[in-house]
Amino acid sequence: MRKSSLFLLGWAVLVLLAGVMIVHAAVRSRAAESSLSEEIRLVRELDLTDLCLVTEASYTRHLSLTDLFTAFQDHPTALEHFPSGSLLPPSDITRRANGPLDRTAKKHP
Amino acid sequence: MIELFEARKVYHAGEPNEFVALQGITLKLNAREMTVIQGPSGSGKTTLLSLIGGMVRPTSGRIYLLGREITSLPERFLTEIRRRTFGFIFQHFNLVRGVSALENVMLPAFPTGESRAALKKRALSLLGLFDVASKAAARVEHLSGGEAQRVTIARALINNPDAVIADEPTAHLDTRLSCELMEMLGRLKAEGKAVLIASHDPLVAEAPAVDRIVQLRDGRIEGDG
Amino acid sequence: MAPWIERQRNILDFTLSSLMRRKRKTLALVFVYTLVVFLLASVLFIASALKKEASLVLQDSPEMIVQRTSAGRHDPIPLSYLDSIKGLPGVQSARGRLWGYYYDSIVGANYTIIVPETGPSGKGSIDIGAGIARVRSLLAGDTMEFRSFRGEILELTVRDILSPTSELVSSDLIVISEDDFRTLFGGPEDRVTDLIVRVKNARELPTIAQKIAERLPDTRIVLREEILRTYEAVFSWRGGILIIILAGAALAFMILAWDKASGLSPEEKKEIGILKAIGWETSDVLLLKFWEGMAVSLTSFLLGILLAYVHAFATSGALFVPVLKGWGVLYPKFRLVPDLDAPLIIALFFLTVVPYIVSTIIPSWRAAIVDPDAVMR
Repeated sequence: MRKSSLFLLGWAVLVLLAGVMIVHAAVRSRAAESSLSEEIRLVRELDLTDLCLVTEASYTRHLSLTDLFTAFQDHPTALEHFPSGSLLPPSDITRRANGPLDRTAKKHP
Repeated sequence: MIELFEARKVYHAGEPNEFVALQGITLKLNAREMTVIQGPSGSGKTTLLSLIGGMVRPTSGRIYLLGREITSLPERFLTEIRRRTFGFIFQHFNLVRGVSALENVMLPAFPTGESRAALKKRALSLLGLFDVASKAAARVEHLSGGEAQRVTIARALINNPDAVIADEPTAHLDTRLSCELMEMLGRLKAEGKAVLIASHDPLVAEAPAVDRIVQLRDGRIEGDG
Repeated sequence: MAPWIERQRNILDFTLSSLMRRKRKTLALVFVYTLVVFLLASVLFIASALKKEASLVLQDSPEMIVQRTSAGRHDPIPLSYLDSIKGLPGVQSARGRLWGYYYDSIVGANYTIIVPETGPSGKGSIDIGAGIARVRSLLAGDTMEFRSFRGEILELTVRDILSPTSELVSSDLIVISEDDFRTLFGGPEDRVTDLIVRVKNARELPTIAQKIAERLPDTRIVLREEILRTYEAVFSWRGGILIIILAGAALAFMILAWDKASGLSPEEKKEIGILKAIGWETSDVLLLKFWEGMAVSLTSFLLGILLAYVHAFATSGALFVPVLKGWGVLYPKFRLVPDLDAPLIIALFFLTVVPYIVSTIIPSWRAAIVDPDAVMR
């Protein structure tokens, strides 16, 4: 067969596979609710707040309950000593939520 | 078939290294005629060939091809005309390395969008015409000098040109191959093509198929006969 | 129409011939290119899927969590604080929650120990996550030994292993009774780890949170929306790891493109000269270069994303596990739910294919517009 025909055929195969991939993803995505039902149930029953992705340290295990200073709780100058801590930064959303309260506080008499 | 009228070619015009390659050439070339352009190196032979073949535009003057002026045609029309009208045989063969002889012969016609099957057939028959059909699939690096020479000629003919232009075609050939080449070019002339050869090889000028010799010196025609 | 197609195919034929001429270099290029696309796409697929899963799964997490800090550290919160909270208008219910971490020196793993609101686990028995069962080779019915805060050994029986399909939230969990929790960790009876508050109307959450913060100044409040947004932020484009990977990929591409854009070799220039001499136009030469770029980049792109898909969703990102695991011993086994969308793939396409093709065509421009007679000299 001609070179370009063979090559274009190869591309057609790859594009077809990519199409299959997209369809597969869509199908699995739609079935997500049922495949995640166990997780959803446990979150509700046990009042869970985080994904159990990184069990290295408390502030990587419970990302949403963590502050920037959480690492300091281990040691005054410890900014970070777990590898994954540098990958999963604490959320500054909580900081921002609680920040205004500091500003509206009353002065100590 | 091809007419030049007071064609001049100046390189690097206006700059310190300005160089006048051709000084106003008036020349007429006919079909079924083999013309040799003779002259020492630096006389402007290659420039004249480029000019006639539509590879470069003259600084001044006019060029007519089959009665039609091509001096100021835009590049894309010029290229198409050149592709259809001329077949080139270069001094250094200029075959594409790493690619088969057959594909080399077909190359000039790729942009035309002709069906590959038809193209292949024609290329093979051309290679057969020059007795190198057996080497069709061989890479050009594996061809002997003579075989490469024939592939070059076959390539020049793939688009059925009206004229064949050869620039120092015998420069890398021995006597036997040179004679063979002149004989093959003679055959083309007999088929009705115009053949133009630039060469300072006496063997070329003395070949029986030659009809006319044009002497070129310092960009000027000195003799025509 | 047909001649146009034939023209493309003819030129593509020649392109492939030239690429095959430098077989090793071309294959190496495709390999590196595919690898970069693979890594980039893997990270994007996995992050996108985790983000989706977090947003789906944590939808029912507690509406409001009240924590207490003392001297900059997290501290148990008095149950009496519930009195200040329960009376607030809009509060449906509030309860204390007991949970903590336990370090298992046998395997060097951290577990999360939690007391459920309403639990089947009676005293003496625990439910454990599938990750713990794996790491300690435990089955239902086996016993686990814990070292209590008093230094005594506490033996608890494994009643049930939490569903393996839920590992992404439960892999390291130990569900324990309140009595056993107290035996294990001690601590005053009137204090708990944090408080959970449920409200009648979700829109009143920020107001209620504000009021609680005013009444109980040593507390810190986390709302469900913040939990969800935390995970969205971590796995989004601007999250730490993603930026690093993106920057790395961009750098790799710049190197690839620079190598191409820094000009053609004399051999390539000569080849273009020959093509022009035998009748190719400038546009034909540029088309040649376009197909050359396309052949390498489109192939690598397609291969890269297909492999990335398999990597992300069939193996759940096996290559990245060491990165996420870090020094942790426990790592959950999970199958991600794909979350592909067209913008993601299109963005990937534009990030990878287009720059490469551009960097193949542009340096050829100079050589392509050369006058054909140059090769005669």
